[in-house]
Order: sequence, then structure tokens, then C-alpha cells
Amino acid sequence: MINIEIDGKLVETAKGSTIMDAAHKADVYIPHFCYHKKLSIAANCRMCLVEVEKAPKPLPACATPAAEGMKVHTHSDMAVKAQKGIMEFLLINHPLDCPICDQGGECQLQDLAVGYGGGASRYNEEKRVIHPKEIGELISTHEMSRCIQCTRCVRFGQEIAGIMELGMANRSEHAEIMSFVNSSVDSELSGNMIDLCPVGALTSKPFRYKARSWELSRRKSVSSHDGLGSNLAVHVKDNKVVRVVPVENDAINECWISDKDRFSYEALNSAERLTRPMIKQGGNWIEVEWVAALEYVANGLRQITQSAGAENIAALATPHATFEELYLLQKLMRGIGSGNVDFRLRQSDFSADGKQSGTPWLGMPVSEINGCDRFLIAGSFLRKDHPLLAQRIRQAVKHGAQVSIVHSAADDLLMPVANQAIVTPAELVSTLAQVLKALASTKQVKLSDEIQALLVSLTVSDAAAKIAASLAGGKQVAVLLGNFAQQHPQAVQIASFAEQIAQLCGAKFGFLGEAANSVGGYLAEAVPFAGSVHGMNAAEVLENPRKAYLLLNVEPELDMHNPQLAMKAMKDADMVVCMSAFKHQGLEYADVMLPIAPFTETSGTFINTAGIAQSFKGAVKPLAEARPAWKVLRVLGNLLNVTGFDYDSSEAVRDEALKGITISDKLGNLTSGVKFEVVTSSPAALQRVTDVPIYFSDALVRRADSLQKTNDSAVPCVKLNNSELQKLGLQAGDAIKVTQGNASAQLTVQADEGVPAGAVRIAAGHPATALLGAMFGTITVERA
Amino acid sequence: MLSTHIQDQINRELKKYPLDQKQSAVMSALRFVQDEKGWISTEDMSEIASYLGMPQMAVYEVATFYHMYNLKPMGKSTLTVCTNLSCTLCGAEDTVAYLTAKLGIGFGEVTADGKYGMREGECMGACKDAPLMTINNKRLCGKLTPEKIDQILAELDKS
Ligand code: SF4
Ligand code: FES
Ligand code: FES
Repeated sequence: MINIEIDGKLVETAKGSTIMDAAHKADVYIPHFCYHKKLSIAANCRMCLVEVEKAPKPLPACATPAAEGMKVHTHSDMAVKAQKGIMEFLLINHPLDCPICDQGGECQLQDLAVGYGGGASRYNEEKRVIHPKEIGELISTHEMSRCIQCTRCVRFGQEIAGIMELGMANRSEHAEIMSFVNSSVDSELSGNMIDLCPVGALTSKPFRYKARSWELSRRKSVSSHDGLGSNLAVHVKDNKVVRVVPVENDAINECWISDKDRFSYEALNSAERLTRPMIKQGGNWIEVEWVAALEYVANGLRQITQSAGAENIAALATPHATFEELYLLQKLMRGIGSGNVDFRLRQSDFSADGKQSGTPWLGMPVSEINGCDRFLIAGSFLRKDHPLLAQRIRQAVKHGAQVSIVHSAADDLLMPVANQAIVTPAELVSTLAQVLKALASTKQVKLSDEIQALLVSLTVSDAAAKIAASLAGGKQVAVLLGNFAQQHPQAVQIASFAEQIAQLCGAKFGFLGEAANSVGGYLAEAVPFAGSVHGMNAAEVLENPRKAYLLLNVEPELDMHNPQLAMKAMKDADMVVCMSAFKHQGLEYADVMLPIAPFTETSGTFINTAGIAQSFKGAVKPLAEARPAWKVLRVLGNLLNVTGFDYDSSEAVRDEALKGITISDKLGNLTSGVKFEVVTSSPAALQRVTDVPIYFSDALVRRADSLQKTNDSAVPCVKLNNSELQKLGLQAGDAIKVTQGNASAQLTVQADEGVPAGAVRIAAGHPATALLGAMFGTITVERA
Repeated sequence: MLSTHIQDQINRELKKYPLDQKQSAVMSALRFVQDEKGWISTEDMSEIASYLGMPQMAVYEVATFYHMYNLKPMGKSTLTVCTNLSCTLCGAEDTVAYLTAKLGIGFGEVTADGKYGMREGECMGACKDAPLMTINNKRLCGKLTPEKIDQILAELDKS
């Protein structure tokens, strides 16, 4: 620690820290533009000049290391003169167009110009003009003339997003921020550059000219998308959400959010919103009052319970639903006597149900990721499924961590990957078993006889050996399973072997939560093996079709593991009740559509992948007749005479559900009583590898217009590696027919060397592939 | 695709740098492309980027920062006329006027037959030979007079 003095205040600051860091500690504000605490130091704007005693000229606070005994003045004549001079230079080329600038009112340059700028400009010559360039649907660079060349956006790309999509082309007066010749900015974190830009050079395309910052009310909220639970500020004008920006929370999202978190709000105002309860009568949809709709539902459920038994009713909920909604849904179901309730829609292996030591979770606090030095990440489309967790791992790698991947696709993670084993889905388990074998021999540990017997005949591949060696060398290791691993038909085997590997290297072992309430759903007991009444899981209720389905924001053809099976079950059912924020395919098979408020229109709680419960209030009033699902379920509970359904707030629901519960005690990733199995033979036919592309993953994002126009939202192609293409006599660009079960889809074929031989990658979550079957298994590919 | 010749040259260049610092060779790589093709296209930059394992944008930054890289075709012979102080004092303007009259092109333009392009250059550090120009950044021609320019162009016409 060293002691320095800033404006007369004594501060202690860490060795190697800068004057800027010390000033933060001393609560002294030093004006700055290019400095950002999460980015490297560029020291190119010079706004932070301060006077340091004994230094002959002003020094940049952001780049000057603090030294023992230093005396810094941020408001002395010398400092102020320097700061004013810099401001005058910055304003030379900056257009004075604040009245029509989207950043006006929340612009750092505008604010600082008030403090340090002159009343009038001495510069009468021509200003520099930059011609606008297109960089995609999310960020506008239309007023790049406003850029002050702080390079924050460039450094963000290089350091945080992992891909340098913006850069500074040309030189001196002609220097300008742009992307590589007409290319778009595709990073899934790109929106953060809008926040970082201290001026109005990078602005949000969807938000442009929608509101002035001082017209907005800001409501805190939590992202309903991936399992991280990013903290959000929802900006509202006239009871309409017009923008979403991050709220800093270092333990969760730091100061970033993904583009999915940021731009999905567009769906809230989409024309597809379901605004009134509807009942299908004689094949036609008619709008009805809530009372009528709910009574219709209650009657229907009562009739089926009486005629066929409550076990003929099943409820499926999206894992993006709030904790309270999930809790009430299962309470309602159990109240009428059915345990058929599940939220794990894309899961297919339920053999660990009831055998887990607790709720599967990340296995560690989110921020611990940054400190790990070895990672084994199995079955994860990491970057697209968990953009910000990937970002944390990227930071760890920058500090020397090694990442090993076991997966069925070699997507670019935008970070150096030390080792990877890219194998077909059928080989995932055996690959992990090989890693375990190699690790056991390196560590000279004897495994249990059961496992030992399985491993004897296994040959360890090169890749597996390298992964084991990397893990063995770690001090703080993390073994993480992604969505793909959890959706896999042998998910439990994958988890069991991964857990063994983690044990051998003293690693943290965790599951990357797919959705906002992947952990919350278990804690709410929205699973068939919890609570007082047990029942069938999400797969069983489709395999053994039920008479009635209650869908809470589920679009079966897009959200389920096997859309084909799901749609058949829906179409054959006597009654399907869709609680949904949107009009969707349900119009074809449902009997009742109940308009449900999305997360911005209701209060609720998301419990993130690390087990942190975050409650939020509604940011706006529900649209038209839409109502929060917890209220709808409350009324249904009352109509069906289920006891204990008189809550007066969602907080009361939450408090009841979490009564006497410490969440951390409920988390646990160990499975006991599972018989280990390794299958080494692979099917002869092509195996399907399914990803759920980032902007197809839930009902909201699928309707967010701008995100739907990005490259990540392209219609899914069939991806095969070149050798498979040759075998099939196909060429990239060919139209082909893929068949799974009793349906096929016409798609275009694309070459992708990242797909292992024997596999074919086809995305789910999109209408083009919604007729196909399970996310895993064999699939036929032929020329159309 | 980068020609095998260019790849060979880059590979030789790469030996000068640590294995994880391949991007150090970017300036040379751009030069090799320009030497062979006369200019550097967008595809060339992309290919250099993937060859050196660096972002395309980073290649583009370098290519646009330095004046001597031609990012569009600049004729078989690119004449870069220095217009900085010493050359201007010694008659750079006359050189430019003469070239323009003779070839019918101004700065940044190429003759219709694609033989010549003219660019404006900065001080080449050879002011003692002012006024001067370079040919394809390689050959320096100083103490220019109309006669000398005629002679140089006649030579280039033949080659
Ligand atoms: S565009 Fe904005 S963030 Fe990027 S360099 Fe210019 S001012 Fe800085
Ligand atoms: S903030 Fe220090 S130079 Fe920009
Ligand atoms: S000014 Fe032309 S070479 Fe120096």
C-alpha cells in the first residue's frame, strides 16, 4: 500500500494502482472519457490531466501510477487550465448538435463541456465530417462525426467481447471508427458499446429518437433470458418499455448485459401480443371476459378430473417464468391431484430425478469463474448460450487459465482454447470417461471398482489425454456442463463422469443454467418428483398423451425437446390451455388463450444459476387485458377450490414458497445411485446435433424485431463437415430434405468443419425445423 | 488465396517473431501482396488476417494508417510525387502539372490504359534531390525536370 494525497485528502492505494484509482477511493471525481474501469488504459483523450507536485507538466490521472508521497491537485490552476484546453480541442471537431443528438441529456461530453468548455467556440474553420456506415441492426454509427476517438468501443471488442469488430481506420484527422469494409458487428455483447461510448457516436438503433433521456422513468429489473440473471434498468415512457440498459452488479453481470437482454424488449410492444382472453368455439376464436375464460378452464379441468382422473392433466411451464408463477402452477396442479408438472422442457434424461443431492446449479458463485485456472466445459454452445459467463471465462483465460472443451461442435468461443475433443453426441460419455481414465492414472488414484471395470477396455484418445493433463495441472479447476449436456439423452451419465473428473482434481462442478429460473423451477417444486403428489416429467406427459395440458408460456413446437411429439400430444388433447404473452401456434390446437404479462409487467423473482434470488417489480402496467400469471393462477386455484390460494401479492407467494428455506442448502450437484455406463459403439446413421440459436431461445427474443434481423437469426441451415458432404454427394448451398420421425424439413446445406464426422447440426427453436423430432438421435439427410 | 510466393515470403518473415506474435508480420505481408498485385484488395486483407490469426479489422487499421499501401488499383506504375516543403519550394507543383498534362490524371487517378497512377506523397527524407517522386514505392527519381520525366516515362512504357 502507498499513501498519496489528492486535493488535500490522504488516501491509501494499492501498489501499481493509478492516480485515477486512488481518486475513486478518495471520492474525488476526475473528468475522463477514455478511461473505463473494466477496460485497458489507453490514455488517449487527455481529459483526466491533473497537477502532480514536482512534475513539470500536467499528467493523465488514468495512466500515471500513484507513488508514495505524491501530492495531486485536480482543481489547481494548472489542472483546470489543462482540462479546459483539452475540452476546447475535443470540441473543435465535435458537432454542436446536442439538441438533435440521441445522447443529449446523458452524454459525458455534454456534461463535462458544461464544466470545462467555453461559452463559445474560437474555432471558425470547417469541421471534420465522417460519412455514415452501416454496421448492422443494433448499433447506429450514423453520427460518427461526433466520435472523440476514445477507443472504448474498440477496446471493448478486443478485451471483453473477444472480437475486434470495430477499429480505428485511417490516420490523424481522417481517423474514424468503423468496421472492416462493410461488415456488420455481430458480437452477442455488442450493445455494451453503446453504453460505453461517451458521446452520441454509437447509438442504439431500435431506441433512436424514441425518447429523450429525461422523459424516461427507470425501473430496476432482472433479465428473464439466460441463467445469469443480469440486472437491468428498464426505461419506460408513457407506460411503454422503450429501452433496457444494465445495472451494475459485480457479482453477476458486472456492468454488461448481452444483446439478448438489451434488445428483447422490442417484443413487449409487438403486434403479436395476446391482449384479451379467447376461447375457441365451434372452431372460431372469440374474445371473452376473464371471468368467462377462467370459468371455462376451471370447468374443463374439473370435468377431466372427474371423468378421467387428475393424472390426465399435465402442466408445462417455461423456465423463463417467474419463481412465483412456477410455484403456483405446481401448487395448483398438486391441489387438484396431479403431479404432472415440469419446466425442464428441453431435457430428455430424467433418470436422476429424486437421486440428486439438491438443485443442479453452477456449483460456485458467478464471480469465482474469473479466478479459475482450468476449465473443462462439456456440451455447451457457451458463447451463444451464456454470453456473459463466456465473457468471464474469457477474462480468466487472459489471466492464464486453460479451457478444455468436450462438445459436438467446434464453434469459435473467441478465446484461446487449450484442448478440445469434438465428438458425436453418442461419444460424449465415453470421451469424458477417457478423460477420467487419463486423469486417474496421472493422479494415481484408484477409482471405484464399478468405474474401473468400465474404463479398462477404453482407449484414451489424444485429445482426452491432453485435457486430463491440463486439468491435472490446475489449482482452481471448474468442470461445467452446458445446455447441450443437460439436454443430452445420457445427461445423467455425462454428469456422473464429469462429477468424477471434478472430484479427482478437486474442482468445482456445476451446471450452466439454461434459463432465468433453471434453478428456481426446482426450488418452486415445479418438477414431478417433488412435493406431495408425484407425477410424470416433461417427456412422459408427451409419450403418454394426457387429456388436458396447461401451458405456461410454452410454445411446444419451439421450446420442447421433441416438437413433433409435443405437437401431436397438443393436437390430440381434449383441452389445451395456453397462458401466453403472445398469440402463437396455440391458435391451432388450443381451446383457451389467456393473455399473460411478460416479466416487465409483473412482479416476480428469478433465481439465477448460482442460486441468487432476485425479485423485481413490474416496470409497466400489463398491456390491455393481460394479467400477471400469478394472479391468474390464484383465481384458478380459488375457482377449483384448492386451499391456500388467497395471496395478496407475489411477494406473499414467494415468501410462502421460500419459507424456512435457505437456498444455498438446497443446491447440490451430486447424484447418487446411478449406474455408470459407457457405450462405445456409435449408430451408423447421422446423429443430430441441435443448438438453440441465441435469438430463438425463448418467446420474447423470438419476437424482438431487430435481433431477428441479425446474422444470428438466419434461417437454420443443415451443417455437415466436408467429408460427410462428399459421402452424401452434396455441396454447400444445395437444397436438402432432412427427415426425423414422420416429418421432414426442406433446408439448405452448409459446410462446417466444426461438426464431427457422423453428425449433422440442425438448430431448434425456429419454425423451419419445428416439425422435426427430438434434439438428439439419428436423422436422415437426402437431396431434396 | 494468397499466392504460394506470398505465403513463402510471409513464412520467412514470421521466423523473425515469436510464435504467438504472428501479427508482427502484417506490414510485410501487406507489402508482399502489393508488390505482387500492385494493390491490396479487401479479400487480400481478410486472407492476411486469417493467415496471421488476427482480426480483419486490425489488418485494415494498418493498411489504412500507412499511406503507401494502395487499397485500390493504382496502375502498373504508381508515381508518388512528394509535395512537402522542400519539394514544393523546388517545383513539385510543376512536376504534378506536367504529369497531369502528359498523362491526363490527377492525384488518386489511373490512366485509362491502366499503366500509370499518381499519388501525392509526403517527404521521403531525400530532400537534397527535390523535387522528386517514387515509382511503386521502390525507385526514387529526383531532380525532376520535364525532360527527365519524359525519359522516365519512356523507359517505363517500354518495360
Ligand atoms: S465511437 Fe464512441 S466509444 Fe468509439 S471511439 Fe468514438 S467516442 Fe469512443
Ligand atoms: S481518461 Fe485519462 S487520458 Fe482519457
Ligand atoms: S520534401 Fe520532398 S523529399 Fe523531403
